[in-house]
Amino acid sequence: MSPGQSARPGRPRVGLFVTCLVDLIRPSVGFAAVTLIERSGCDVDVPTGQTCCGQPAYNSGDQATAREIALQTIRAFDGFDYVVAPSGSCAGMLRSHYPALFKGDAVLESEARAFAAKVYELISFLVDVRGMTSVGSRFAGRVTYHDSCSGLRELGIKDQPRRLLASMPGVELSEMAEAEICCGFGGTFAIKYPDISNAMVDKKCASIAASGADLVLAGDLGCLMNMAGKLVRDGRPVRCRHVAEVLADELSDPPIAWPDKAVGEGSA
Amino acid sequence: MNPETPAFKANARAALSDPQLQSALSGLPTGLVAQRTSARARLPEFEALRDIGRDVRNHALEYLDLYLETYERNATAAGAVVHWAETGQDAREIIARICQDAGARIVTKGKSMISEEIALNVDLEARGFEVVETDLGEYIIQNRLETPSHIIAPAIHLTQQQVEDDFRKLHTHLPAGRILEEPAQLVAEARSVLREKFMLADVGITGANFLIAETGSSIIVTNEGNGDLTQSLARVHIVLASIDKVLPTLEDVTTVLRLLARSATGQEFTTYATFSTGPRRPEDPDGPDAYHVVLLDNGRAELLGSEFREVLRCIRCGACMNHCPVYNAVGGHAYGWVYPGPIGAVMTPALIGVKAGGHLPNASTFCGRCEAVCPMKIPLPKLMRHWREAEFEQGHTPTRYRYGLKTWAWFAKRPRTYHFCARFAAAVLGALGSGAGRFSRLPFASGWTRDRDFPAPQGRTFQQLWAETRRGVPR
Repeated sequence: MSPGQSARPGRPRVGLFVTCLVDLIRPSVGFAAVTLIERSGCDVDVPTGQTCCGQPAYNSGDQATAREIALQTIRAFDGFDYVVAPSGSCAGMLRSHYPALFKGDAVLESEARAFAAKVYELISFLVDVRGMTSVGSRFAGRVTYHDSCSGLRELGIKDQPRRLLASMPGVELSEMAEAEICCGFGGTFAIKYPDISNAMVDKKCASIAASGADLVLAGDLGCLMNMAGKLVRDGRPVRCRHVAEVLADELSDPPIAWPDKAVGEGSA
Repeated sequence: MNPETPAFKANARAALSDPQLQSALSGLPTGLVAQRTSARARLPEFEALRDIGRDVRNHALEYLDLYLETYERNATAAGAVVHWAETGQDAREIIARICQDAGARIVTKGKSMISEEIALNVDLEARGFEVVETDLGEYIIQNRLETPSHIIAPAIHLTQQQVEDDFRKLHTHLPAGRILEEPAQLVAEARSVLREKFMLADVGITGANFLIAETGSSIIVTNEGNGDLTQSLARVHIVLASIDKVLPTLEDVTTVLRLLARSATGQEFTTYATFSTGPRRPEDPDGPDAYHVVLLDNGRAELLGSEFREVLRCIRCGACMNHCPVYNAVGGHAYGWVYPGPIGAVMTPALIGVKAGGHLPNASTFCGRCEAVCPMKIPLPKLMRHWREAEFEQGHTPTRYRYGLKTWAWFAKRPRTYHFCARFAAAVLGALGSGAGRFSRLPFASGWTRDRDFPAPQGRTFQQLWAETRRGVPR
């Protein structure tokens, strides 16, 4: 089946922007996203012409490379009704920043704008576009939700994941203090300024621990890797998962940075 | 002030391990941040007011030449002497000459970031004048030979105990056994010491929060009243302001002031808002005999014509740094120059060059909290990114980082090769990390693994699994 042609008539065709971190580190998040998008009444395909959204170049000031990658992404998703990413950061890049990259080139800028108009972060897509109010899975546990910066401030994602979690019997949401404050990941920031990044994730982990939750959820794998890496290093018994994994009941893999053995969490 | 910005990383590390600093900074979330949140909640039209404020400032910048000329004309008509200074050096010369002509010995100062920008105190002291900062925070740090660590709360890096210790060392004419436990007692002591200086001062220097074109006035907002005494008790009042401070009308100023105090301290309005228009008139009960205004460019005109223009909307409220997780972690001095926090990350490269100031726009996660609270809606992350672009284009990006970026880009631009190599990386790292689920050490990511573990990949890439199954459950 080729892009643009629905397998089932009337169902929108969604191209999944996998994101480089999900592709490399945690493919289970990608499959959870596929499950959820399909449950919302869409067909999903995954173009192989995609790699990364280009933020490492864009945020390092290398606009030329960012433009090349942006164009590659835009062309890879030609013909889809929607482009959905399980990341507020990457979706924000595709949606808000791609058009800005081509400012001054009328043809490419309008191509980038048309593309950007189709792009959504996963949870925002499910709730805001597909009108999903319930995910139809269960999960037993006390969770807390970290608002990743780009999703929150660039795309206005705040209530959507909480609404879907509230639809799941057994989920108890225990909000942490300062859920909206950055975890200190920031892409290359964590590598370039490790001392400051560490101080930030340290504060974040203290807030998480104080919430009393035993599972942290978020919509961005970068933030989750940072928080999970710090929590396990400090020996805090709090697990981390992408929110899509819980919503889709894709829990067969261990939590992020967690040992590969049965953990008996959230048995449904 | 010599920029220490190139040493940002080392300064940040020192700041993070300074318990007194960390203790002082820990009050920010419950202090200025919480106060702003509460003030915003009390004003339903706050968000609409931000749009209006932004438009007012944009308009003033669009017609800056017109409003500056109008300001000069009206100020001059009110008896002001208006001086134009292109550089910090020009401004320092003008101010020194005014002080010399006035036969001044003691110069009092209201709080002024622009005077920090041109290192005015050092210059005046070298010329033999006694310079006395009269804002409490500025007074405290002046005596410690420090610079402000925050644009509205210059001594925010200090604890109350440190201030008490300083006052005991400094004010040796007061009884040693006096009680200085409450902030109010510290304020009272500083006030009594400063009162004498106010009475003896020959010249008073203030900044200007705004200049008002239609009336030729300048305005300062304070909470201590020290600005009023600085400018009305001395024989000569000098206003030092950068050219971007001009607003067309009094109405515009009141609009922007409604945003300023709320964004800065969470007050509806500052305790004092002091307008000054020319020297003392015959019928005035007090005021200076002479009134000078030094209008300083120092790079603003160049910014006005650049992609950084929007930064000139800044009204110096400090909300961006109060809400910045990086500023909250390291404090203002780590930034190494006059303006810290997000506004400093944009202003500093403009004023000292991107080569020296390059760390500051890089030391951000682009979390966007600064832009979200900026009363003038300055897109600070975007402007920081522009500095990163300038740095990259001028070849100042560190070589090792540049090389890494180039290698990554080579793969990212070749999807087939990329996916093939990603499979390999996922397989190798997945195998090495299986069991533990994480790495506590990785040779190529030591910056990461020094303080936290790195999650192990699941072993196969999504693209690989998707190609094998075409969809659905992979296992």
